[in-house]
Amino acid sequence: MTELVVHSADVQKRFGRLEVLKGVSLDVAKGETVCVIGPSGSGKTTYIRCVNHLEKIDGGRIEVNGKLIGYREKNGTLIEDSERSIAKQRTQIGMVFQRFNLFPHKTAIENVIEAPVHVLGLSKAQALDEAHELLRRVGLLGKRDTYPGKLSGGQQQRVAIARALAMKPALMLFDEPTSALDPEVIGEVLGVMEELAHAGMTMIVVTHEMGFARVAADRVVMMDDGRIIEEGTPEQLFDAPENERTQQFLSKIL
Amino acid sequence: MLAAFDWHTFWDRIFGVDGAFFSALFATIYIAVIAQVLGVILGLVLALMRTSRLRVAQVFSGFYVWIFRGTPVIVQIFFVYFGVNILFGVTLIPNSLDLRAFTLGGAAFAGILALGFNEGAYMREIIRAGIDSVDKGQLEAARSLGMTHGLAMRRVVLPQAARVIVPPLGNEFNNMLKTTSLLFFIGVVELWGNAEIGYSETFKPVEYFAAVAVWYLLLTTIWSLVQARIERRLAVSERDEAEPTLGGRMRDAFSTSYRGRA
Repeated sequence: MTELVVHSADVQKRFGRLEVLKGVSLDVAKGETVCVIGPSGSGKTTYIRCVNHLEKIDGGRIEVNGKLIGYREKNGTLIEDSERSIAKQRTQIGMVFQRFNLFPHKTAIENVIEAPVHVLGLSKAQALDEAHELLRRVGLLGKRDTYPGKLSGGQQQRVAIARALAMKPALMLFDEPTSALDPEVIGEVLGVMEELAHAGMTMIVVTHEMGFARVAADRVVMMDDGRIIEEGTPEQLFDAPENERTQQFLSKIL
Repeated sequence: MLAAFDWHTFWDRIFGVDGAFFSALFATIYIAVIAQVLGVILGLVLALMRTSRLRVAQVFSGFYVWIFRGTPVIVQIFFVYFGVNILFGVTLIPNSLDLRAFTLGGAAFAGILALGFNEGAYMREIIRAGIDSVDKGQLEAARSLGMTHGLAMRRVVLPQAARVIVPPLGNEFNNMLKTTSLLFFIGVVELWGNAEIGYSETFKPVEYFAAVAVWYLLLTTIWSLVQARIERRLAVSERDEAEPTLGGRMRDAFSTSYRGRA
């Protein structure tokens, strides 16, 4: 059996009375790319936000690299971890947001070196070296000294990917990374992500880009109403979906 | 019959000032600067307390603002100067404070504390508004990169909040420069005190007060220019624009609206 990076079992999450996750179990193996699809409100985004503990969970458990995320286990019950140890766990989980969330007061390269220098304690020289390489990889070395406000959405998102990669994460989470982009720049971001998937990064991607899921995903997971209702290879899921709601969803967007 | 305005005395109070005047001018400046710095530090601590998870800290922060914004600053000045030692039964406000380079009078010390405490309440609101103005996604991005709350505040949120904080902070300091005049009531001889003493000796109040108004105006005008420059530095997104001219800076300085407060 291959090594698991993410192990989540029966994850539950409520916002007040609203049950958003009603028991989500999902394992992701090392090097695997899993695309999570489903209608809005199905809990996709909430689920990946639970994976790096931006949201607390109300039930179940999530482990990354064999370690419980956000909680300690004591006599069979889960107790929320200290802020410091949660922060430490997050260093190995990269996250890319729908709205980029680049630091607007820092240039592209300053965005990339910020956490390696101030969280990992790398020397500035070494962080700059690595940031150069990452910006080259996402095709933006020429924009290294540009502020986010002067970059297009697609460029900002590529810098955001480089910023997350700078922490050398074991896992990358993408929360609808192209949903806020103009159609003509979606391709450049998906291109970077596809390259990353093929290079062996472990990824969970919440997306509406079925074309991307088809070429880059090892597995596609369909969520609806807080549950995973179907999963399989892209071929299985897109060409021969078994669940009726998956069929309906796909017929609407394909 | 109106008494004629004595221009000679007026000009003398501007161009012919003596050593006593300069130490009064110096007092106004250092009291305003130290009290403002104290206010900013207190305001920052109180703003962070308000967002803290500790209920006690939240309540204290709210109580502090309620007290210090809800009572006149002159009452607070008197209270700190005359009341604190009696109330606590120990000498918290000494008669004078020896700081090697110079000796700070007890009244000036109490005055700085009172003005700083008062300012802290106003600064809390300003800093809070600044923190609230930063998009929540910024904190999430910082935390998903492994930053603790404190580091994220320091490296990501506060630098961005500064752009919102600095303009009202500048106005607060402008106010502070003028509010120092209240300290004459507890015997601190600053600009206003110097004028009061002067006019009581010469019986030329109008000339003295007109001259002291000019001095305050000079201080606040210089500060406005400094402030406009700081604000421009902070406008990172406009960094590519040409350096503004002195005329533009003056225009900015004069168009800044000052909030009055008694």
